[in-house]
Amino acid sequence: MDQKPTINELKKISSQVRRDIVRMVHAVQSGHPGGSLGCTEFFVALYFHLLDYKKPFNMDGQNEDLFFLSNGHISPVWYSVLARSGFFDVKELSTFRKLNSRLQGHPATEEGLEGIRVASGSLGQGLSVALGAAQVKKLNKDPKTVYVLMGDGEQQEGQVWEAAMYAAHNKIDNVIATIDYNGQQIDGPLTEVLDLIDLKAKWEAFGWEVITTANGNDMDQLVANLTKAKSLTGKGKPILHIMTTAMGSGIDFMEGTHEWHGIAPNDEQLARALGQLEETLGDY
Amino acid sequence: MNTKFTYTDKKDTRSGFGDGLLELGRTNPNVVGLCADLTGSLKMGAFKKEFPERFFQVGIAEANMIGLAAGMTIGGKIPFTGTFANFSTGRVYDQIRQSVAYSGKNVKICASHAGLTLGEDGATHQILEDIGMMKMLPHMTVINPCDYNQTKAATIAIAEHEGPVYLRFGRPSMPIFTPANQKFEIGKAWKMVDGKDVSIFATGHLVWEAILAEAILAEKGISAEIINIHTIKPLDEEAILVSVSKTGCAVSAEEHQINGGLGESIANTLVRNNPKPLEMVAVKDSFGESGTPAELMKKYGLSAENIVAAALRAIERK
Repeated sequence: MDQKPTINELKKISSQVRRDIVRMVHAVQSGHPGGSLGCTEFFVALYFHLLDYKKPFNMDGQNEDLFFLSNGHISPVWYSVLARSGFFDVKELSTFRKLNSRLQGHPATEEGLEGIRVASGSLGQGLSVALGAAQVKKLNKDPKTVYVLMGDGEQQEGQVWEAAMYAAHNKIDNVIATIDYNGQQIDGPLTEVLDLIDLKAKWEAFGWEVITTANGNDMDQLVANLTKAKSLTGKGKPILHIMTTAMGSGIDFMEGTHEWHGIAPNDEQLARALGQLEETLGDY
Repeated sequence: MNTKFTYTDKKDTRSGFGDGLLELGRTNPNVVGLCADLTGSLKMGAFKKEFPERFFQVGIAEANMIGLAAGMTIGGKIPFTGTFANFSTGRVYDQIRQSVAYSGKNVKICASHAGLTLGEDGATHQILEDIGMMKMLPHMTVINPCDYNQTKAATIAIAEHEGPVYLRFGRPSMPIFTPANQKFEIGKAWKMVDGKDVSIFATGHLVWEAILAEAILAEKGISAEIINIHTIKPLDEEAILVSVSKTGCAVSAEEHQINGGLGESIANTLVRNNPKPLEMVAVKDSFGESGTPAELMKKYGLSAENIVAAALRAIERK
């Protein structure tokens, strides 16, 4: 990357990414806007500020930072950010979830979409994949960092905890795992469906260094904390970042409810949503 | 009895895997091994000892092992995962499906103690559905070699193949009747005995039973063609069709459920191309039980005598 965007510029990019998300989901009347909107700042901060990645895209990913999305259903935000950071043409966003598209409902490698290294959608698998990639970086004497994002509902999957135990035991300290802690899952609030109780204490008990971001939709706070997470790598412990976000963030009628987990806006709702989001980079 | 193949030594097929992996460790620096707390059973100890930095003990956490292996392909490694066949497939089917097969990852899933011949541990561990599960996955190659030498050769060969592979082998000591240092060609059936009355397609431990069956049939004046189907997917359909067009009937033999196994794949090939009588020697939709491998193979109908009886039925139906 040449010059890193300022915080203000990152916020402007976020507004455009949110427009992309609601337009993509509206166009096919399917997809997951809630979690995508909630993680917009995270993806923008990652791809426009933090990640040291190479282009053109190379599956092997040697000597560059890697990112894995474990909760694959929030594909709209990833696709938008990949396109906006130049992995593929933004026009391709219009093919999301359509027949013969590379932008599958959940991220996949089968169609060769640049930026994606493993399929995800069936939950609980991404952390294991990220740890494998991180261990190979160590074997290859590659100093770069591996990032992975998981959902909070996803913490209910047993494989997450197999991976958690493995990472600490093997001192995999070149990985930063973030949990999107929005408190919502398809059937309702996590506290009603299956409570995580003290998530921070759980990860600490599993041997991880845990940092928290109180508001993951506040770009200043998020960039500061991701930078801090990076500074904690290489010290013998894997890093876990619990990032509290609001599902549906940035659009008043979608924010803070599980109702918009997997529902597309209608024409009128789209217009209302777009009215709240400045077009900063030009719609696709 | 005058068998066309003979042996002087017996060994388990899993040792063929262990020795093949050790050789790969010495010749291919990208090969890494992962094991879920069964290093001794999988015969991965020598690889672990010689290449400790390329060996990953994952504990009793097979789902994590498959995910780790998928991740390790990113950065150029060729991961070989090792655990029992039951925990290599059924327990981790979704992880293999999404993170390995659908993602096109170059992971080698190496599975020991497959089938009834695991023996005394009983049905919880005797998986008989693994070939079916694995062959259904797009991109997956499925290999089930017959003896120590063939397993060693297959282990070495799959490292050169780009893409996910399921390699199935077993626990008991079995005759070593194929040549040492043989060339293993993925997807290429091996005609071991030429015959004209019936084609016997066998895989894994049942290949030796087929060799025994051929000798018994010869004493009855029946000429059986024995074909070693070490690769179940991709299936060598041409070899099957050429043989059956000559003999006019077939027998399949495998240590697996009748549903989903080699027999079913052969039936599929024959029905679409050249329908001929096919008799299947396989487990008839039941779980196994505790017992010695020999007792189990006899009780569940997977012995040379069962192949002979199936051959006679197939010939009768011509």
